[in-house]
Amino acid sequence: MKNKKIKVESINNNRRRFLKMSGIALAGSGILLACSNDDDFTPIDPAPDPDPNTFDLGGGDLGVLNYAYALEQLEAEFYTRVVNGSYWNGAASEEKQILQDLYNHEVNHREFFKAALNANFDADLVLPESLEFNFESVDFSNRNSVLETAQLLEDTGVKAYNGAGKIIETAAYLVIAGKIVSVEARHAAAIRSIRGNDMGDFKLFAGDDAVDPNTGLDGAEDPSVIIDAAGGFIVTPFTANQLP
Amino acid sequence: MNIIKFLDEFTSENLSNKGSSRRDALSTFSSLGKKAALAAVPFGMATVTNKAKAATMFQSTEAVGALQLALTLEYLEASFYLQALNSNVLDEDGTGKANAIYEQISLHESAHVTLLQDTLVSLGETPVDEPTFDFTAGGSFDPFNENGTGQATAYAQLLALAQAFEDTGVRAYKGQAGALMGNDVLLTAALQIHSVEARHASEIRRLRGLQGWITGNERGAGMPADTQAVYNGEENIIQGGVDVTTLGSGSPFTFDSSTEAYDETITADEATTIASLFIVS
Repeated sequence: MKNKKIKVESINNNRRRFLKMSGIALAGSGILLACSNDDDFTPIDPAPDPDPNTFDLGGGDLGVLNYAYALEQLEAEFYTRVVNGSYWNGAASEEKQILQDLYNHEVNHREFFKAALNANFDADLVLPESLEFNFESVDFSNRNSVLETAQLLEDTGVKAYNGAGKIIETAAYLVIAGKIVSVEARHAAAIRSIRGNDMGDFKLFAGDDAVDPNTGLDGAEDPSVIIDAAGGFIVTPFTANQLP
Repeated sequence: MNIIKFLDEFTSENLSNKGSSRRDALSTFSSLGKKAALAAVPFGMATVTNKAKAATMFQSTEAVGALQLALTLEYLEASFYLQALNSNVLDEDGTGKANAIYEQISLHESAHVTLLQDTLVSLGETPVDEPTFDFTAGGSFDPFNENGTGQATAYAQLLALAQAFEDTGVRAYKGQAGALMGNDVLLTAALQIHSVEARHASEIRRLRGLQGWITGNERGAGMPADTQAVYNGEENIIQGGVDVTTLGSGSPFTFDSSTEAYDETITADEATTIASLFIVS
């Protein structure tokens, strides 16, 4: 199939192009090529054991990319379950389209970070691609439960990227984080807008609970705060010891 | 063509355009936009003859320049929303929704002006003065229904201009982020404004019946052709050197999804060109 062929060809291409993004990348990629096939990931034991083998996200650009990859995996998994759930299946067309779009965007983001990390860093340093999540608190057959969780995740994503910007060392990565965070903010506003309409609160899209009405500023939180807040959804343990 | 000649021509074209239909007004705006873009290319920011840009030009650091540009764009937005709220045009939406949305956005844009002014002062810099704005773009528009275009047309223009300003703001802040690297406080604050502009953009787009995100370089139904400058480049699918449509298969990797998932930057010059259509002096 034509698509597959393009995809295969572009992987090498992608790796090479990614290298231009930072000096650190060259070293990482060299190791990656040298190590060839021993990058198969061994799943981390989900037991909450302070195992020295627990994956640490790392610091600097690597840490932020792994962190973003974790958040995008969380969002992508959430929307995957949404579009396979009964609420979405019977939802009004506007909501159905919005949630389908959010699924599309988050899966794209997830795969972008996977590709960026693998092209730039040794496989041992890249967050595993199948983090396990727990969405027991969400009822995917219930509209309010789905929309409330979507709002929480999108708002959290905005705060996370806003807070992580200062940790990024390479301008190209900062720009990409910027390209993604504004889309997360567009998502957050759309979900809030739907919920606000229900409540008769037409200001909820950028409500005072999200945007400080005195400064006009959105939230920004350090990774430690975000990981703590999202912890209820994340089963696979990892640490962020080198991030603020 | 230098910018002064351009502005002269802009003014004379307005005069001959009074009372034109909305479609005519929009197409006039379109041709003016092309001239604006052409005028801006060879000369860049240095030739823009308003106080804001002149002051920006003489600042020594990239970061201060970025903040002054941001302040200019915030002046524009803040002034636009205040005038919108002071007109009766938003009553065209009988539900009160449009008015509530504009109130909330206005609150934020005015706060951004104060925040940026205070930040510049704290850095020992003089904030640029507020330019004089003309949201009719010299008579091409009548968003506040001051010239008798009628409430319905004014309302459509009021929404279209808001969308253009918000989508421009998102791209402009993103384009300046690199200039603020190394100053954690400034960078974080700029990012915190940037995502608020994106929330605004999403809601205004939805109020206009569009999706909250940008597909390809589509400006969306009902947007004047000239606002295309706001959307050019949004069709990019190469992120970090990689074609993101190749990262998988299925709906997340279509051209549409791959462009919607990433907002693009614009340069200071591009943002200035767009804003200059509404700046008198």
